[in-house]
Amino acid sequence: MTDLGKVETQYFTFGQPPQELGLESGEKLGPVTLAYETYGVLNSARSNAVLVLHAFSGDAHAAGYHDGEKSPGWWDDMIGPGKGFDTDKYFIICSNILGGCKGSTGPASLNPVTQLPYALDFPVIGIRDMVNAQEKLIDYLGIQRLLAAAGGSMGGMQALEWMFHHSQRIKSVIPISTALRHSPQQIAFNEVGRQAIMADSRWNNGAYYAGSPPNRGLALARMVGHITYMSDRSMAEKFGRRLKDERSPFKFTADFEVESYLQHRGKSFVGRFDANSYLYITKAMDYYDALQGEKPQVLLGASDLKVLVIAFKSDWLYPSYQTQEIVRVCKIAGLDTTYCEIESQYGHDAFLLEIDEETHLITHFLERVNKGD
Amino acid sequence: MKINTAIVDSPEYKYIVDMIEKGSSVLDLGCGNGDLLAILKKERGITRSQGIEIDEKAVYECVAKGVSVFHGDIDTGLSEYSDKSFNYVILNQTFQQVKKPDGVLKEALRVGGKVIVGFPNFAYAAARFHLAVRGRAPITKSLPYEWFNTPNIHFLSIADFRDYCKTRDITIEKACYLAKSRPVRFMPNVFALLGVFLIVKNEKEADRT
Repeated sequence: MTDLGKVETQYFTFGQPPQELGLESGEKLGPVTLAYETYGVLNSARSNAVLVLHAFSGDAHAAGYHDGEKSPGWWDDMIGPGKGFDTDKYFIICSNILGGCKGSTGPASLNPVTQLPYALDFPVIGIRDMVNAQEKLIDYLGIQRLLAAAGGSMGGMQALEWMFHHSQRIKSVIPISTALRHSPQQIAFNEVGRQAIMADSRWNNGAYYAGSPPNRGLALARMVGHITYMSDRSMAEKFGRRLKDERSPFKFTADFEVESYLQHRGKSFVGRFDANSYLYITKAMDYYDALQGEKPQVLLGASDLKVLVIAFKSDWLYPSYQTQEIVRVCKIAGLDTTYCEIESQYGHDAFLLEIDEETHLITHFLERVNKGD
Repeated sequence: MKINTAIVDSPEYKYIVDMIEKGSSVLDLGCGNGDLLAILKKERGITRSQGIEIDEKAVYECVAKGVSVFHGDIDTGLSEYSDKSFNYVILNQTFQQVKKPDGVLKEALRVGGKVIVGFPNFAYAAARFHLAVRGRAPITKSLPYEWFNTPNIHFLSIADFRDYCKTRDITIEKACYLAKSRPVRFMPNVFALLGVFLIVKNEKEADRT
């Protein structure tokens, strides 16, 4: 197995007025730019494209190395020659979501009307809008039908959206560690994050782009997030009750290693994420409901979609009862489905870490879909 | 049929394969490593197949063979399927391991047009000897476990199952009894290690009209 080497982000802009992107809310947004990366080669039949969908704080840079950078993309262990998403066989696409802050149009982008950042003038967006924007990118790349759409967490929600509302354009779907809709507990954690940002006086109702951003609030939101991504056991193994510095006296500093880890994670997050994007994207997740009361068999019709659903045992943020609910819906719709709940201690983060098991499942699954078996 | 190690290891597979019509759809409850479904795909050209399996390693083996599988337990896995979703539902060597075999079989008969049930015969001669003469929990070729590590939680004989089918208004369309790899015709309840049954639920008068 080798890696992809140097990769570059590309940009696709569409929806110039008056052909703006129509949003779920009824509003319109345009022009829209999506940052995206591709790995591998699109075959002449354009039938080997796999769309990889990133989680909440991810970006288009899923694999390989950007020029001058030492760490690779966020799912580099899974994407590359001979890896689960094998770039010798498949053409992998990953784009930053609509509403994001990593090159795609979001609240930090310039509003063409005011020539200022949108801030809270950015329209409310949903998972459905993110996927509709991705569909424009797929059109632009000349792909009629994706071999697969795959992603974990919020990426899994996008995969479900492709499945239920664009089933004609995909052959298979791989939702990982995700849910058809958020539970009150998931909404609650997101709300704590949002309140942390909005309680920071620098947030200034979202209008902070000319001055200092609400870094303290955003860092705090991220700290809460990180707690939910780990498990009790993985934290115990990683930090125990170890102290950062045995000699330092108690004065509400980061005494325990876990405290210092969370603070570090919070601080490094503010350098790479926009607080308003945090608000918009978490709301998009909370409002998402894959079925919206519709019957899955009605949405899907007689579909030949193949589905691979993956969950992890210690994930308490997206517990396996939620992935099993996805499986139940697939059964009702009569879809060819495989479900595996992988033994892991890493909590929600497991989908980025349990590479061997995921590679095995995804490699064989994609092979089967590719063969049309 | 080609020599297949899975068939050598599980002699009842050959008989199960013979019970299934070509081009059918099959749900295998407790599909293990997916061998039976893989054989059925190849030998009987089954159009749609689905396994349910509790063991994670076995799930990986299924996926490597191209068998679609749900990782989970059988007791709760059937309720979402509508009536007659599959031509056949298989309960091979798992019937005696589920918590509520009565409930699972009822559901299997609802979801499947026909059901294939295979289980170890608790009244096999050697088992009788172990219990009656030696005063020990039976260990046989089809019941190879010790009392403390067996996954089997219900013990039944071929005769028990026949009686059961009568009381539940179930017709046995085919039955085959095996000792090692050979079929047994004489006194199967004594001389067979395994029983494999193809059964259907009798339709009630009210259902037909």
